[in-house]
Amino acid sequence: MATMVQAIRLALHVGEERLGVTDVFGEDVGPPLGGVFTATQGLKTAWNTPLDERGIVGTAIGLALAGQRPVAEIQFCDYAFNTIDLLKLAGNMYWSSNGEWSLPMVVMTPVGSGIHGSVYHSHSFDSMATRIPGWKIVMPSTPRDAYGLLLSAIRDPNPVMFLAPKALLRTKAQPGDEIPGEPDERTLGRMIDAPLGDRTKWTPEWPKTDDLFIRIGEAKTVRDGRDVTCVTWGRMVAMCASAANELAAEGIEVEVIDLRSLWPYDWERVAASIRKTNRALFVNEDTEVTNFGEHLLRRTIEDLFYELHAPPRLLAGANVPGIGLADNLERASVPQKPGIAAAMRDLARHRP
Amino acid sequence: MSTSFTQPAKAETPGVDSKVAPDLLLKMHDLMLRSRLLEERLIRMQKQGDGYFWIGGPGEEAFNVALGLLVDKGEGLDHDYLHLHYRSSATLTAMGADPVDALRQMKSTARDPYSGGRNFAGHYSVKRWNVVPVSSPIEVQYSMAPGTAIAQKRHGGRGITIVQGGDAGSAEGDFATCLIWSSRPGMELPILIVVTNNAWGISTAAATQHGEKHVSDRAKPFGIRTAVIDGNDAEASYHGLKDAMEYVRSERRPFVVEARVSRLYGHSSSSGANFVAEEADCLQRIEAKIEQKGLLSRAQMDEMRARFTQHLLEASKRVRDEPQPPAEAIWQHVFADPEGAVAAAQLPRSSGPSASNAGSA
Repeated sequence: MATMVQAIRLALHVGEERLGVTDVFGEDVGPPLGGVFTATQGLKTAWNTPLDERGIVGTAIGLALAGQRPVAEIQFCDYAFNTIDLLKLAGNMYWSSNGEWSLPMVVMTPVGSGIHGSVYHSHSFDSMATRIPGWKIVMPSTPRDAYGLLLSAIRDPNPVMFLAPKALLRTKAQPGDEIPGEPDERTLGRMIDAPLGDRTKWTPEWPKTDDLFIRIGEAKTVRDGRDVTCVTWGRMVAMCASAANELAAEGIEVEVIDLRSLWPYDWERVAASIRKTNRALFVNEDTEVTNFGEHLLRRTIEDLFYELHAPPRLLAGANVPGIGLADNLERASVPQKPGIAAAMRDLARHRP
Repeated sequence: MSTSFTQPAKAETPGVDSKVAPDLLLKMHDLMLRSRLLEERLIRMQKQGDGYFWIGGPGEEAFNVALGLLVDKGEGLDHDYLHLHYRSSATLTAMGADPVDALRQMKSTARDPYSGGRNFAGHYSVKRWNVVPVSSPIEVQYSMAPGTAIAQKRHGGRGITIVQGGDAGSAEGDFATCLIWSSRPGMELPILIVVTNNAWGISTAAATQHGEKHVSDRAKPFGIRTAVIDGNDAEASYHGLKDAMEYVRSERRPFVVEARVSRLYGHSSSSGANFVAEEADCLQRIEAKIEQKGLLSRAQMDEMRARFTQHLLEASKRVRDEPQPPAEAIWQHVFADPEGAVAAAQLPRSSGPSASNAGSA
């Protein structure tokens, strides 16, 4: 079972071999390290850049303008904030030029909390990303989705942001959720994980994995249910599914939807579920004010007001300036399973 | 020299021959005059209410025309990529752009080929000539340019990347980005980095904010060659650029050119866009030279001016009647793929601004 970080590496390799990726680049992305999370080990087009995020995003734009297919990495999304006007520029290039210059480029960056990353390695970027029109935004919660969404991102003629939940990078796929063509776990590790120590003589042996294009804009129902709809993404998906499983013992069946694409997003699937359950909960770990979940709440209220049997709710990160390092501080800053379960229970029990 | 930001500097790179042939001098004059009159027509249009905002490059014509003439024009890696700024209309004129299209952009008509009525005057975009979209931020082009230059470095050949900004924009970190990314050891880039130094950032004199003698001096620690050119002198501009571009083309290494230029109508229409008599005028200088050499008489040049002026006046009247883009055009070109185009407009219109504004176009 591939881990998410192996899945990303495999997708980038497929991108290089079959989808015309010309450059995978960023800070510590090339040899010897191959990325601080090892996402770019052994890739033939991977190279290191100066420690300059504006240069990374600007160069990705320039490469795309020159007909290349770049995948740029910002090492942590916390360090993407000084690139926001360049991200805006990438998002408006096609529109401002009245359809003359499209930008086939991917920016990938690890996001979110859960690894005790303190103030500058725990930020989320999902809400910020959705404030930059012209970008497609994807965020996987499983290795297979990471593989399939990244391949779609690479193939897309637009700028696509690939947000990788950093706490999930080492998680493995569930049985039945493999990447098509992946070898067994031990073989895969032997083939594509760089050895510790001297890597100068190491080259990866790439397995032949198959194409898998998960359509950008298509959500996935992770768990069926009739009582409450829970819409979430990234690291919160497994937490919500686990909370939902616990509530089943109380006779409450929660439907959990992994949005997977934040823009465009699968409103059809979300709306169909809310029409069925008449109750909606949105969960993500970005700070709660001007949160993308608030947009989904607006949509729910405007489109489905008379379908609702309870006030729809948003559970998101505390609106505080940082995520503290101490365990108590981090846990208090982003949604946790007990709080998610409580919100689901309240919604299910609410009577109009 | 403490006055370096307020006085035009002499060229530091001596050309083998600092003169250009008479026919080239006449061609440069023709293009400079057309560019100046285009800018003056754009200013007039804005003042008469046929445009919301003017920004441009009167005072930079000698340098920018030289640049436009020296560009290897075309699409793709074999040709030059241009990351210009909003004072570059003379470069476009020298490359052969139709001035009527600039009027269309000023009037925000649907036929504006650069932005379809979406952007300010002087914000060019010409894919078939590798002119990437000009945007209003004064520095972002310095961060993008290494990207096209990396692609050209790998591709080989003689195509180069040209990036241009002003002295004020060089204070942004993106200028340092450009120097660093262009001179990575073993990956030096075929990039001509241009700073047109007009000694102003809107209302702020550069001499009050910049301690460096020349902006281009900042490239020297990176081993990047530099030149300071008198951008008010057409011949010095042509030769200085020709030498620098030949170096970049053949050596595949970066070069920084700083051109000392004038800003003859102020920053933009926001500051009045009135003629500034105190600054050197490159057009007056080339006309004096041409008259002195006996290539054209004053009367002949006056006749050219009258003819070009009339042509632009008539064109501006035609452009005035062209339709604006329709309101629903805002949804076009958000995404380049058909599925994305549908998704771009997925929000319900019942509550969006389009609905509430319907009928008010």
